Amino acid sequence: MPQGIRDKVAILGMGCSKFGERWDAGPDDLMVEAYLEAMQDAGIEPTQLDAAWFSTHIDEIGSGKGGTPLSIALRLPNIAVTRVENFCASGSEAFRGAVYAVAAGAADIALAVGVEKLKDTGYGGLPVANPGTLNPQVMPNGSAPGNFAQLASAYRAKHGVSKDDLKRAIAHVSVKSHANGAKNPKAHLRKPITEEQALNAPMIAEPLGLFDCCGVSDGAAAAIVTTPEIARALGKHDLVTVKALQLSVSNGYESQYNGWDGSHFHTARIAAGKAYKEAGIERPREQISMMEVHDCFSVTELVTMEDLFISPEGQGWKDVLDGFYDADGGVPCQIDGGLKCFGHPIGVSGLRMLYEMYLQLQGRAGERQLANPVFGMTHNLGGAPASNVCSVAIIGQEGA
Amino acid sequence: MVGIAAWGAYAPRLRLSRKAVTEANAWVAPNLKAKGKGERSMANWDEDALTMAVEAARDALGPDDDRSHIDALYFASTTAPFADRLNAGVVSAALTLEKSIAATDVTGSQRCGLTALAQALSAVAGCGAKAALVAAGEHRKARAASAQELDFGDGAAAFVVTDGPGAAELLGRGSVTDDFVDHFRGDDGGFDYYWEERWIRDEGIVKLVPPAIRKALEVAGLSTSDVDHFCFPSTFAGMAATVAKAAGIKPEAVRDNLAAVMGEAGCAHGPIMLAHALENARENEVILVAQFGQGAEALVFRATGQGQRPARGVTGSLADRKEETNYLKFLTFNGLVEWDKGMRAEKDNKTALTTLYRNEDMILGLVGGRCRETGVVQFPRTRISVAPNNPAVDTQEPYKFADRRASILSYSADYLTFSMAPPNHYGMVVFEGGGRIMMDITDVAPGDVETGLPVRMVFRVKEVDEKRGFVRYFWKATPDRAALANATAQAAE
Repeated sequence: MPQGIRDKVAILGMGCSKFGERWDAGPDDLMVEAYLEAMQDAGIEPTQLDAAWFSTHIDEIGSGKGGTPLSIALRLPNIAVTRVENFCASGSEAFRGAVYAVAAGAADIALAVGVEKLKDTGYGGLPVANPGTLNPQVMPNGSAPGNFAQLASAYRAKHGVSKDDLKRAIAHVSVKSHANGAKNPKAHLRKPITEEQALNAPMIAEPLGLFDCCGVSDGAAAAIVTTPEIARALGKHDLVTVKALQLSVSNGYESQYNGWDGSHFHTARIAAGKAYKEAGIERPREQISMMEVHDCFSVTELVTMEDLFISPEGQGWKDVLDGFYDADGGVPCQIDGGLKCFGHPIGVSGLRMLYEMYLQLQGRAGERQLANPVFGMTHNLGGAPASNVCSVAIIGQEGA
Repeated sequence: MVGIAAWGAYAPRLRLSRKAVTEANAWVAPNLKAKGKGERSMANWDEDALTMAVEAARDALGPDDDRSHIDALYFASTTAPFADRLNAGVVSAALTLEKSIAATDVTGSQRCGLTALAQALSAVAGCGAKAALVAAGEHRKARAASAQELDFGDGAAAFVVTDGPGAAELLGRGSVTDDFVDHFRGDDGGFDYYWEERWIRDEGIVKLVPPAIRKALEVAGLSTSDVDHFCFPSTFAGMAATVAKAAGIKPEAVRDNLAAVMGEAGCAHGPIMLAHALENARENEVILVAQFGQGAEALVFRATGQGQRPARGVTGSLADRKEETNYLKFLTFNGLVEWDKGMRAEKDNKTALTTLYRNEDMILGLVGGRCRETGVVQFPRTRISVAPNNPAVDTQEPYKFADRRASILSYSADYLTFSMAPPNHYGMVVFEGGGRIMMDITDVAPGDVETGLPVRMVFRVKEVDEKRGFVRYFWKATPDRAALANATAQAAE
């Protein structure tokens, strides 16, 4: 295994726009909002930036392709800007690019910004994607909820969980996230919900009802990274450093080889295993202080608890119902409200998750602040369960 | 001894209640109340003349992978999806027939199903083909609140024609060609326009059909009294009996035209009635099938009691039935309602013809790959094998999935995505012997699908490109209700 990224790069500053139906703002406005907060937090001038990574998934909406949308919106000083896209892990990809550039010594200070302006599409959910020329001739005409909902049927079959029990467990996932999101002024959805509301909501894709699906929101988030040495030279202390960055991408095993049971994410288990090794974490259930995971749909979050080796296989639904992932539970999950309440502007989510982990590790999460977190983990899934990209990142107190 | 070696049939699972139609239309057409009995077969939104013909042909051919013995194909329909594209070519690709076959579309008249069969028999008799496949399919169009809407049905039949012992031996053929226009349909793809019923019956059918029958029997060296099974489709009640009487055929030979249970499936209906007769005919019984249309076509067969019986046939197809009482759904499926499909239906369904051609066997034939070294089966076929323990390069041979048994691994019923029949069911289908495909599941209602459900593959319309008039086809999973019934029966024992 490579040497890894542990403690080689520190976060100098982060920013995050208000998420939601941002009828008032275009993608450039959102990027500026997140960027200015991050720059103020970092305490640097634009001329100190050496390179930038820009993530957006649906470039047809407002932002456009290439690096210029970011460079022009922020008036960057003609530095390198690289646009990255990797489904819902795009924001994490931008962060990886910036972190690796710093670790490689190619940049002293690097910027990562993600943006997505979903509410300019006219759709209630995600817009219909352009799948190329072959896929539409063979693949089902499905939606994101329909693809991820399939986890439920396979999970029930594999672990012998009844329809009612699983529906109640995934309802609790959403109830918990809404309770958390209500405390977050930057979250899109800020009303708590009851289990009854979740159970009785209109069906979107069996067994996922309306409250099992994350919000479709506009937003942007930004991170500025540097070496621990430079950070200290800039007057920073109690650094939050990067412990692990892992990415695992499907190679067709799940969709074409009869080895995958459909109940979990093959890639997530690989990425999580590598991330723990890179971060030096041996007992994740005890050592991970908090998580922001890819709860695009409630059932995704549920199986992810097992894929990240926090819950034993087949037991995740019980942990969820026991409140193990609630704000006051063993490993609080989605403290900021998650995709469920923050919303899911695709190219931003990875950075938005890191923003919450960073605030928590710095003790700046206000009403949501957890007691003494050491390691914060983020997790993104893009694509569909049978063909996906999974990123796992761990950040934490320097030297932990 | 040229004849029919094997046969098959198909009727869509949905059966529209005629009562539901007449009640819905009573405000405008109270006179149709008399036709409000029974039900008619109703193509699902993803079925057309071509897909139904493919299903009938599969029934006739059986599940064997090797179809290299078929060297000619005739596809008959007056409702083929393409006016200029060889529809038989799509049928051929779906059935993974050899590229070297001769393929023909036969159309233009309600008797073209029997004409196609006659041409196939002639080709084999004349040594122009050794084994010809004939598939007739019809997806009939009628205006809302018309009598035709109640009379018509959708369906298909297929035959394998060879020279040698089979299920039925051809004894004779008779044809009459006369430009008697009882109805017509212009090339705008609109609806049939009919002339007066009494004129059609008395001046048309009764005068034009018997000469074709007499000629066929004369060639066969038989008399009308020799006929044991008389198949004659007509939407006019009692028409077959009238023709039988005019021709001198005994009344008890007149077969049920299935009007009560499926309606009349146009040019496919003569072939369907013939297929039905073959299921019932005993050895040496004489079957006469005739159909009217700008003259008439008549064929006489002697049943042998041998040959390959279909797994499903007409009887099996009619037994696999689901009543549909939602007339509005029928209208919508048939393009008779301008409805709000929502923003998700706005996507452009343009088909990349290059991609379609490059992947023809995969898309139309559901052909994947099997690794020569590891035996790993996969879909689609790729240069580098998906086997995690041996990603061998260029080791895959074509492997057909269409007739493999399969089951559901995971599924969802999706209300968000656009579907002509929401919720859209799809899921991961795993095949016995290896391989899996994420695919649409058709002919199901909420609650029908569960993990482990046995399914079989059916050839269906994938999407319709309304902007360009192109129909895209692929395979879908449907519950294997025969396997389910067997499993239930075994559990009960």
